[in-house]
Amino acid sequence: MLQAIQTTAALESEESGFAQELLTFTLGAEEYAIDILKVQEIRGYDAVTTIANAPSFIKGVINLRGTIVPIVDLRIKFSVGVAEYTPFTVVIILNIGGRVVGMVVDAVSDVISLKPEQIRPAPDFASSVDTAYIRGLGALGERMLIVVDIERLMLSSEMALVDEAAQ
Amino acid sequence: MAIDMSQFYQVFFEEAAEHLASMEALLLAINPAAPDPEEVNALFRAAHSIKGSSGTFGFQDMMEVTHILETMLDRVRKGEAPLTDDMVDASLVAGDVLKNLLGAHRGEDEADRAAAEAICHRLEALCRALDTPAEVVPPPAPTANPEPATAPAAEASFDLHFRISGEPAAASAGLASLVDELSSFGRVETVAAPREPGDECHLRIVTEASPETLAGVVDFVADAASLRVEPVAATAPPVEEEAYGFFTELQQVVDDAYGFFEPLPELAAVSEPYGLFSNVEVAVEPYGFFTDLPLPEPAPPLVLATPAEETAYGLFEPMASPPQSPPAAAEPAALQPPAPAAELAPAVVKKAPAKPAGAGDSGSIRVSVEKVDQMINLVGELVITQAMLTQAASNVDPVVFERLINGLAQLERNTRDLQESVMSIRMMPISVVFSRFPRVVRDLSQKLGKQVELKTIGETTEMDKSLVERITDPLTHLVRNSLDHGLETPERRRAAGKPETGTITLSAYHQSGNIVIEVGDDGAGLNRARILAKAKERGMAVSDAMSDQEVWQLIMEPGFSTAEQVTEVSGRGVGMDVVKKNISAMGGRIELESMTGVGTRITVRLPLTLAILDGMSVGVGPETYIIPLGYVMESMQPERGMMKSVSGVERLIQVRGEYLPVICLHEVFHIGGAITEWSKGIMVVLEADGQSAALFIDQLIGQHQVVIKSLEANYRRVPGIAGATIMGDGRVALILDVPVLVDMARRVLPAAA
Repeated sequence: MLQAIQTTAALESEESGFAQELLTFTLGAEEYAIDILKVQEIRGYDAVTTIANAPSFIKGVINLRGTIVPIVDLRIKFSVGVAEYTPFTVVIILNIGGRVVGMVVDAVSDVISLKPEQIRPAPDFASSVDTAYIRGLGALGERMLIVVDIERLMLSSEMALVDEAAQ
Repeated sequence: MAIDMSQFYQVFFEEAAEHLASMEALLLAINPAAPDPEEVNALFRAAHSIKGSSGTFGFQDMMEVTHILETMLDRVRKGEAPLTDDMVDASLVAGDVLKNLLGAHRGEDEADRAAAEAICHRLEALCRALDTPAEVVPPPAPTANPEPATAPAAEASFDLHFRISGEPAAASAGLASLVDELSSFGRVETVAAPREPGDECHLRIVTEASPETLAGVVDFVADAASLRVEPVAATAPPVEEEAYGFFTELQQVVDDAYGFFEPLPELAAVSEPYGLFSNVEVAVEPYGFFTDLPLPEPAPPLVLATPAEETAYGLFEPMASPPQSPPAAAEPAALQPPAPAAELAPAVVKKAPAKPAGAGDSGSIRVSVEKVDQMINLVGELVITQAMLTQAASNVDPVVFERLINGLAQLERNTRDLQESVMSIRMMPISVVFSRFPRVVRDLSQKLGKQVELKTIGETTEMDKSLVERITDPLTHLVRNSLDHGLETPERRRAAGKPETGTITLSAYHQSGNIVIEVGDDGAGLNRARILAKAKERGMAVSDAMSDQEVWQLIMEPGFSTAEQVTEVSGRGVGMDVVKKNISAMGGRIELESMTGVGTRITVRLPLTLAILDGMSVGVGPETYIIPLGYVMESMQPERGMMKSVSGVERLIQVRGEYLPVICLHEVFHIGGAITEWSKGIMVVLEADGQSAALFIDQLIGQHQVVIKSLEANYRRVPGIAGATIMGDGRVALILDVPVLVDMARRVLPAAA
């Protein structure tokens, strides 16, 4: 329900030219942006309980106030930056259609608003990430923001966060 | 009406469902040949209550069905007609239709109008069938009933006086539809139609129907308080029992709807559901205020002389000469009208559903499951916090902080008690599930032409509500299976020298933290040869050397059916594989035992609750895992000599003469930094599904009660992991799925290290 509302809101803002609020974060030297409405909270990196036989980018699960939340390291998934864990490592907790997922990033930068016309379609190029999950490239002066469709990415079979059968 | 009825819908739904359930239970228990009058009365009351409340809430369709059902039951109740098997069947079907309609109103189901109509016709036909013989034989009613009142319904004229509430436009429309409705009972004549709001309507009807039927119809249009049904004096037959049962049969014209008459002595045997003056059986009823009058003088009727408006909360005067024996009961009711009147009012005006079970449920409250679940979650959090505190305090000096340590010990005890009592709120007796099976068995045995007796044992065994809900379908399938495939036909049973009536036994009991439910039959048993043949036909890897247990497991494979022919019953979709899957999903296990010619027994083992588990925490490398304690048989430090190798790999351990396969947890889960040398680690002997295996781990940490958290809520299923929990230090620990691990060890021995 909430998800539906958010999606409609996003669509409306795209169509009517309203600016959309995005949270930007860095992975290595790259700057990424995601829809801020999908973000539940931002917290530090805690002790994680590893899950047996999980892909390397799934760090494990944490206890988020009584809920078991899986943690994904996007740096490993996108093969950017160095996956090291310091007291300053940041986890963005996302709420995607009722599922709570945490993702480790290097740093959270700021919240910006981009008008639809500022988001250019991404050209097809070979990368560790399927371009299907990239909504576009945001131009903000000199900066280039990679706008990620985080919902699609997190629910994709590639992330192995969801049961195959559930898709 | 100014009150928004929808706020009471939930209450209505629950009550109607309860009434329907009790109706079904009664119908199944009743012996048509010699029905217990109490049971018939209870049936009538259930139907009556549903009708009353569904009418009040405007669920017309339910009201129509129950109305006819009630009419039929009423005649049985009054001894005008014998109860027949056909009636019981029709009533059961009517119950189903009502359930469906109820579901539809709740928005869960699709209303089956056709079925509703069909059952209405069937019930009407039954009612009509009652009339015909009754008219042929003038002194009616098979039971010797002295009442003239029970004479067959001959045509009679009634005057209906009532007021229609609401706007004049709506009122005239209501009147029109009422006249239509009444026309189905007989000839209707409008004597006086209302011109001004509040005017009294006056209809005259010539009909065979009883005044109470008429009252029931008019009731839904008219302002109930103003309703009067009067037989037209000239042709008046004895007035039958009035719909609201506040006056019993009197051979005189009743001229006030609120006259509370004392029954005439010879009529004392008439039992009234809400009778104020009732006989002994009914005296225990919630609305029975007066017990049997021992010396009933033909007292002058106690008339409420005041007009209807003023008598809405009917005051009735004490009797001129109160009866001797029950003055205590009679007088308070009579002398202190407000209290009983308040209770009476709902029954009189039928504005609120009658509550026949008043006395029984006074000790319980209705709470939504969400609230209970929320409480359980909070208690779970409390347990975790308490564990955290205990752990934090384990480092302090016990001498200096003696009071803190004592306080924490107290807290632990209290928390555990609290947890137990909160968990017990969710516990329900399994009779909730079992109670539906008499019906299933009855319907099915008729369909299959088998004679079956259903025995239930241990109905008071309690289990978690969520399990109760989820076990119903698999269990129903097992019972149907036993009936269809297990039990033989009476002929075959006779040929086999068994009693013709087969037995299906349902039993439930607790065993070491599990609830065990058994479905047994004394039928032919599973046919080993046929199962094996079928398996070979399907190209499954089987051999004749397989143990019985393994052969029985085959029938739980998807798409496996040994039925010689597909019947309506066995073609219902849910196969044994689905049953097995559902039970596994609940954390349960299913076992089969069978002996040719003796019977089959299916045992389902379920955890008592889904929320909390007694677990043993073990360490492997840097990780901590929880093993559900129920699976742990023993643990030991293996010695060199205990390890046996097969084809060069040490994969077996000899424990007390038995060879068990070894599962190395660090290998299965690929955990680095774990102990690999046998003699330095610990072996935990596990047993699941009747199979044993030894789990090799680094160390035992402790024993805890853990709150099970779902890993799948935000992640996915992980093979070998049943769930997660939060440890005392706030970290997450994963709970091992022991049956899967044991199975893993048995089937695919992991590659050599």
